[in-house]
Amino acid sequence: MVAARFSPAGWIAALFRWTSSARRKYGGEWWLMVAGVVVIAFILTMTVFPHLFTRFDPNDQNAGSQMTAPSSSHIMGTDNLSRDVWARIVYGAQTILGVAIAAALLSAIIGIPLGLLSGFAGGVFDRILSLIMDSVYSFPGLILAIAFAAMLGPGVINITLAVAVVYIPTYFRLVRGQTLSIKEEVYVEAARAIGARRGTILGRYIFPNVIATVVVVLSLNIADAIMTEAALSYIGLGLPAGIPDWGMDLSMGKKFLPSGIWWMITFPGLMIMLLALGFTMLGEGLAEILNPRLLEK
Amino acid sequence: MPQLEKTILEVQDLSIAYPITIGVVRAVEGVSFTLDDGEALGLVGESGCGKSTLGLSILKLHRPPGRVTGGKILYRGTDILSMSDRALLKMRGQNISMIFQNPLTSLNPLFTVEKHFLETIHFHDASMPRERARAAVGKMLETLGIEKKRLKEYPHQLSGGMRQRIMIGLALIMNPDIIIADEPTTSLDVIVEAGFTDLLMSLRSIYKLSIILITHNLGLVAEIADRIAVMYAGRLMEVATTEEIFAHPLHPYTQGLIACVPNILVDQKELVTMPGSPPDLVDRPAGCPFAPRCPQVIPICRQKTPALIQHAPSHSAACWLYRQKEG
Amino acid sequence: MVFVMLTLVFVVLRVMPGDPVSAMLGGHAPEKVIQQKKADLGLNKPIGMQYLDYMGKLAHLDLGESMIFKQKVSQPILEKLPATLELTFFGLLLSLGIGIPLGVFAARRRRSGRDYGARLYANVVYCIPVFWMGLLLQLVFGIFLGWFPIAGRTSPRVEVSAFSKTGFYIVDTLRIGNFAAFGDVMWHLVLPSVTLGIVLSGIFVRLTRANMLDVLKSDYILAARARGVPERRVVYNHGLRNALIPIVTMLGLQFALLLAGAILTESTFSWPGMGRLLLERIYLRDYPVIQGVIVVYTLFVSVISLVVDLLYAAIDPRVKY
Repeated sequence: MVAARFSPAGWIAALFRWTSSARRKYGGEWWLMVAGVVVIAFILTMTVFPHLFTRFDPNDQNAGSQMTAPSSSHIMGTDNLSRDVWARIVYGAQTILGVAIAAALLSAIIGIPLGLLSGFAGGVFDRILSLIMDSVYSFPGLILAIAFAAMLGPGVINITLAVAVVYIPTYFRLVRGQTLSIKEEVYVEAARAIGARRGTILGRYIFPNVIATVVVVLSLNIADAIMTEAALSYIGLGLPAGIPDWGMDLSMGKKFLPSGIWWMITFPGLMIMLLALGFTMLGEGLAEILNPRLLEK
Repeated sequence: MPQLEKTILEVQDLSIAYPITIGVVRAVEGVSFTLDDGEALGLVGESGCGKSTLGLSILKLHRPPGRVTGGKILYRGTDILSMSDRALLKMRGQNISMIFQNPLTSLNPLFTVEKHFLETIHFHDASMPRERARAAVGKMLETLGIEKKRLKEYPHQLSGGMRQRIMIGLALIMNPDIIIADEPTTSLDVIVEAGFTDLLMSLRSIYKLSIILITHNLGLVAEIADRIAVMYAGRLMEVATTEEIFAHPLHPYTQGLIACVPNILVDQKELVTMPGSPPDLVDRPAGCPFAPRCPQVIPICRQKTPALIQHAPSHSAACWLYRQKEG
Repeated sequence: MVFVMLTLVFVVLRVMPGDPVSAMLGGHAPEKVIQQKKADLGLNKPIGMQYLDYMGKLAHLDLGESMIFKQKVSQPILEKLPATLELTFFGLLLSLGIGIPLGVFAARRRRSGRDYGARLYANVVYCIPVFWMGLLLQLVFGIFLGWFPIAGRTSPRVEVSAFSKTGFYIVDTLRIGNFAAFGDVMWHLVLPSVTLGIVLSGIFVRLTRANMLDVLKSDYILAARARGVPERRVVYNHGLRNALIPIVTMLGLQFALLLAGAILTESTFSWPGMGRLLLERIYLRDYPVIQGVIVVYTLFVSVISLVVDLLYAAIDPRVKY
């Protein structure tokens, strides 16, 4: 049995068994998750191998003629600078996906330890930190991101930071709340009774219990971060020129909307929606499978 | 047949099933019994044996996705299960009422006591003038022994016992024939429970009620019920008058239940318990559902399910032990 | 809470890297000019002093003066605030109007086709970027069909100065009985508030559905049914009223999303509100105004959470103030 566990065939068989049993058990939610994964995988492939998806360069201003409607040579048409819209989408995926994932991870890396410590330690430290986090949480995240982005100036790193700041309280509040309730559980009490050190309790007992929820929230959070990134670059705060980006393309398209150039806004927006939807579906599916009560609140 | 005129409610071969992802839960299977006018019937069984589902189904209120897979529920000769929605609404509260397990959560927290009453009256008799409705409510409170000023209060301002009395008042306000009480005392403390029993008995004679008392509390059932039906795993095991059940229980399950009640007259060192636990209602074994726990099990018990057979004028049991004796 | 938020605003705008004066004057301004300007604006004082100054002035509702124009910060804010309020009011109204009935509709039959349909709607709509929704509506109803205007609060032919007094055009036009102008104002409101309303309705579908599912499981719902109360009344009067309590509590938090959505909608529809003001002044690097706008948003959020608390007390008899 031990040998089988380490063979690739065994792994695949186990994975298959697990997926088929999960599929039976969760029905609709399972397919929701699969749909999410498919969308994400597709766009992820696009970021890694963009040249497989298009033969045009996103910044090539001689890709075709100016503002032509979708045709066989340019499936999504061309923009005002004669660039291929599809090529810009393919290469723009890198920007939005990279920023969103990096920002969500960054806020998780900052928010989770703070939440764990705050919930575990309690006292004045907890109260002050909670007050700050709650205030930020109740404040419109986009305005905060706008303020940060405006202060930091354009740039990929800066926009990532601006988006990340918004979501730190999300993780903090989630993890702190869970830590507080897990802290009171009997098995943690028991661990303390047999003399486990605080660090051990935090790392061995509390953190693993929190992590399942964090995975779900991370996925939903990336969906949100995608829209925040797009919003920032749509209003012109995010990125320096030259980096293909869906939000920026949308604001470009907006200028030519009155002349009925529909393809410049339709496709980038659709992609933002699809990508966000992919992560939302993945998150919701995971939530239903890991903890059905999680999202009911 | 004079017997028929006396019968107010008749349940015939009722089965209720809940389809779930891993199979079908048969909560109630082939249950038949009758309730006479003015009679109090106790429905006794362990939790999860289907007695609450049975009680709710009499109002056609069994929780979805449960559905009736067979049988009839006749109220004065009309099948409740095939009534129109409109007729059902009229019947609920006016002909048959229900008192629930938890008085603390059975009143809407956003409605005053008065609003609960007036709403109930309004939906059964929209033409009744407001003053008359208020007068009726006032009279009901008097009967229940609750001050009138409580009418303007919200449920959270009342004690548990008071809320239970309000629940009874709501059940009785339209003067129904039958009241179904589902574990009415489980969440009350002992003193309040005694008061509840007295109140129910006095109301019973005032309103000429028939009662179905659903409970696992044998003491309560002995005090109130004329007849007792013992339920196990969705089936009726034994039906008899209260005296008969306690004096000569036929079914080993009933015998076990009664043995479990601590007796202060006998010097008892330990609590008697019944070994094992009720069967999974999804994968029922063949034969008598009690067979795996039965101390007097015989081979046929595991092969065929015994039917409920009358053994004395007012005593029936579903057990192979007695059928064998009769040949 | 307000205090913490205001402090945070100060920290973000003053302590963060980035020097407003040199940004405003351009990189090549002589050092002397920069220092002079800083002194004028009080930016040469120690950071602690600056903070006390800022808080002290705020206590008197003084937001300072613009760095670019000769005007008080409060002037453009007071001009733009009514536009934002009108937009958010109708947006919220619409999203509640769509979200709550749809949520109830879904919760009445869990795991049925309508439930999955409503949940799909909620998820898809939630993932539509507000500005894209706005652009699409502009394209279809403004450009292709030509039914609605795609920018501004009024048509050029409408003389705003003839009725503008409070800045709330709806109120102003009705007050003087100018129904033609009122119609024009409402006509301009349609697309922006529909944009905001639809995108936010997804959240309310989810909130309503989840809370209704919880409430419909309660004992008092079953008890009401057992008393012969009709289904419609059970769902709406017993069920929805109880479900509204957690929904109202969440409303305060959703308001943040509403304001964020409003900024993007304003930007898309050239709606002369606070969001546009914020973005314009960010391009101009007019820091006192940027700060002022954010302060006003903060106050806005606090007022809303107060209103939510009052509303909560009004619905739930268990809460007393």
